[in-house]
Amino acid sequence: MTSPDIAIIGGGNAALCAAITAAEAGARVLILETAPKPYRGGNSRHTRNFRCMHHGPLGPLVDSYTEDEYLADLMKVTGGKTDETLARLAIRTSEECLPWMEAHGVRFQPSLSGTLSLARTNAFFLGGGKSLVNAYYRTAEALGVAVEYEAAVTHLELDGDRVVRIDYTQHGETQSITPKSVVVASGGFQADTDWLARAWGPAAKNFLIRGTPYNRGVVLADLLDQGVEQVGDPTQCHAVAIDGRAPKFDGGIVTRLDCVPFSIVVNKDAQRFYDEGEDVWPKRYAIWGRLVAAQPDQVGYVIIDAKSLELFMPSVFPPIKADTLEELAARMGLPADALIETVTRFNAACGDTSGFHPTELDGVATTGLEPPKTNWARPITQSPFYGYSLRTGVTFTYLGLKVDESAQCAIGNRLITNLWAAGETMAGSILGQGYLAGFGMTIGTVFGRIAGKEAAAHANAN
Amino acid sequence: MQMQTDLLEEARRQAEICNACRYCEGYCSVFPALHAERAFSDGNLTQLANLCHNCRGCSYACQYTAPHEFNLNLPQALANVRQDSWESFAFPRAAGQAFQKHGVRIAVATVIGFALLFWAIHALPTAGGDGFYAALSHNAMVAIFLPAFLFPLVSIAISLRRYWRHIDAGPFRPAHLVAAFGQAANMRNLKGGHGDGCNFEDEDRFSHARRRAHQAVMYGFLLCFASTSAGTILHYVFDMPAPYGFWSLPKLLGVSGGLLLVVGCAEMIRLKLRADPELGATGAFGGEVAFVGLLGFVGLSGLVLYALGQTAMMPALLAIHLGAVLAFFLLTPFTKMAHGFYRLAALTAEAGRKARVAG
Ligand SMILES: Cc1cc2nc3c(=O)[nH]c(=O)nc-3n(C[C@H](O)[C@H](O)[C@H](O)COP(=O)(O)OP(=O)(O)OC[C@H]3O[C@@H](n4cnc5c(N)ncnc54)[C@H](O)[C@@H]3O)c2cc1C
Ligand code: SF4
Ligand code: SF4
Repeated sequence: MTSPDIAIIGGGNAALCAAITAAEAGARVLILETAPKPYRGGNSRHTRNFRCMHHGPLGPLVDSYTEDEYLADLMKVTGGKTDETLARLAIRTSEECLPWMEAHGVRFQPSLSGTLSLARTNAFFLGGGKSLVNAYYRTAEALGVAVEYEAAVTHLELDGDRVVRIDYTQHGETQSITPKSVVVASGGFQADTDWLARAWGPAAKNFLIRGTPYNRGVVLADLLDQGVEQVGDPTQCHAVAIDGRAPKFDGGIVTRLDCVPFSIVVNKDAQRFYDEGEDVWPKRYAIWGRLVAAQPDQVGYVIIDAKSLELFMPSVFPPIKADTLEELAARMGLPADALIETVTRFNAACGDTSGFHPTELDGVATTGLEPPKTNWARPITQSPFYGYSLRTGVTFTYLGLKVDESAQCAIGNRLITNLWAAGETMAGSILGQGYLAGFGMTIGTVFGRIAGKEAAAHANAN
Repeated sequence: MQMQTDLLEEARRQAEICNACRYCEGYCSVFPALHAERAFSDGNLTQLANLCHNCRGCSYACQYTAPHEFNLNLPQALANVRQDSWESFAFPRAAGQAFQKHGVRIAVATVIGFALLFWAIHALPTAGGDGFYAALSHNAMVAIFLPAFLFPLVSIAISLRRYWRHIDAGPFRPAHLVAAFGQAANMRNLKGGHGDGCNFEDEDRFSHARRRAHQAVMYGFLLCFASTSAGTILHYVFDMPAPYGFWSLPKLLGVSGGLLLVVGCAEMIRLKLRADPELGATGAFGGEVAFVGLLGFVGLSGLVLYALGQTAMMPALLAIHLGAVLAFFLLTPFTKMAHGFYRLAALTAEAGRKARVAG
């Protein structure tokens, strides 16, 4: 194959934004995507929205969402571990991204039913992330971008401060190309559970991966091994508690469970381990991934009764149902006596429930129970009883490539003259920990476009 | 009126996944109706199926289509239930099963239509009328076509009543029917949630081709129908029997309608041939194409008859055209043509559901 001006590694949102921008700047662009066509688009195919600053109504977004409010939201979730310069760059640029996305085929829809709290801050893609990815592939191909599927990049050959060659395998054969510029947009490493286990310990083998099985961090590891600047550490990842019956990979959004606030959650010994009613679910669901990960066998069990069944969004797998707690314990593989005791103790600690309000912090709490349940504490008494199992679902990892405002990578103290990174693989440059819903796609769109522009400028000048 | 449980089960399985996902909410009226339920009765699913117009937007957008183990194919799951509902509620039911999916039988019925008309022209006295009436008298035409017109209406009325009960739509309100007509008239849903159209003939590319073809077919059909109605009124009310000149109402309506019908049906078949059959109802392709072919043939034979009506070929052409019209009328409740009536019923019921939620 004749080498293109620019090679883009990855085929998700960040890669496509870079490819489109570079092609519009006149460069010949090649996308190397390791997934086969039906699975193209990485984790981006599972997304539903991106977070967007705006002054006044914009597209599907209502009211305003200012730079300072956005930044404050980000600082809150990351506990201040945020690179403010890059964060402000992402936030400020997000506003012009929305019309850019529309101009390149993305369509938006009003905030989905059940997600009204995001109507002001997050713009939802009509059809979700796969339709966004489809639209970008159409646009890119119309601009002459070449796409190779099942093309797994294995190595970037560095010579001093330059990438001189890319090796990839496709259909069992190894190919090499020598593009002028390279953009890495190949996501995190969460699908490589061996790597996760090295960082986390063997418990990580029990984690489920919510998104693509193809983000195995091959390029990331290759570059870090060669001394390219890194950010973050491998133990940092975004993980939530999802339905324990979800597939190992690619279960996506439908495996989410929203019932924890109305439940008690026990471990495999039928013991509670955390306040289920600490805060409204959208603010808490990200901590439950770690809470469950810390339990024996990395599994939790949610128990609710009939009166709570319709208070949360339905999930993809029906709950396990039984007329008695004993029977429920048997079906879920829990020790029955211990479960009954835990529930009895919990029920006895519940007080006046007349102030129960499912969508607000209602202060309906337990007294004298450890750990307490500080909101929505109603006794579990009304049969039939329902249960779900919970496992840790990893969304993405934070260990990544360190980039500057031009999305450019560095080695030692020097910039690498022809290597840029965008999306998940450099998100650690902005977020040290924590996560704000919709920010992943913002980072990918903003830095994908920057990387595409810079890579094209470099290629056009050389 | 038992519908096939395996088809309903599969639609239920998929609807439950969509209900946990909701990414497609803005595409069409299926999703808001779907997200209003937590558990899906057979009636719910049948109604959702008839709200779906198989634009396929949700399928190309879906992150769970095969080879993913969730194996989502909502357009097909709903198409199968929809097809089954038309067969199950047909009156008589056996006729629905005999024709909906069977293109060859539709063709055979059409040929029988030709034969019947050849026989009628040959055997029935004409009493010396003008134009086409020289071949087949007006009274003979009425004697053949009045029952052929009334029977489908009765049949469809019975089917819709069955449908309405099955989906448990509650009391019928004319205002909701008006709302449904409004949606059907500009085919709002065929524009997709964003106004870019369907994903039909070229994978995930949005286009208006199918909506335009469908508009041509529908308005072509309505113009032809208006042409016949105008002729009937001229005949009975104004005592102006056929033949009519080109600048007459029946001819102007008929010729423009016939052209639209032919072009629309040809385009529709072209699009169907390019579309992925895996996203439509299983096994229904032949029946659908035969039906569209028959409809287009009605238009074409009408135009040819008009063009060559003064020649010696007229009686034969008349038999062919009227034979096709006869087959078309009689098959209306048992072919794809029925979808228009079900769709109106579904949109009316949906308008009612929304009014109940709002009020
Ligand atoms: C279920 C789920 C829901 C989410 N919802 C949202 C949301 O609503 N909003 C939001 O902002 N974020 C969301 N996220 C996070 C979001 O998916 C990521 O932040 C974003 O998609 C990252 O985009 P990317 O282009 O960097 O990576 P990806 O989209 O993951 O793309 C990486 C690409 O690299 C390819 N690749 C990997 N290795 C190689 C290799 N060696 N050679 C060639 N190609 C390779 C992969 O196949 C893939 O195409 C969600 C994540 C998940 C899992
Ligand atoms: S078709 Fe797929 S993407 Fe659309 S709502 Fe259903 S599961 Fe979600
Ligand atoms: S095929 Fe089109 S009309 Fe049918 S459910 Fe999907 S998006 Fe709606």
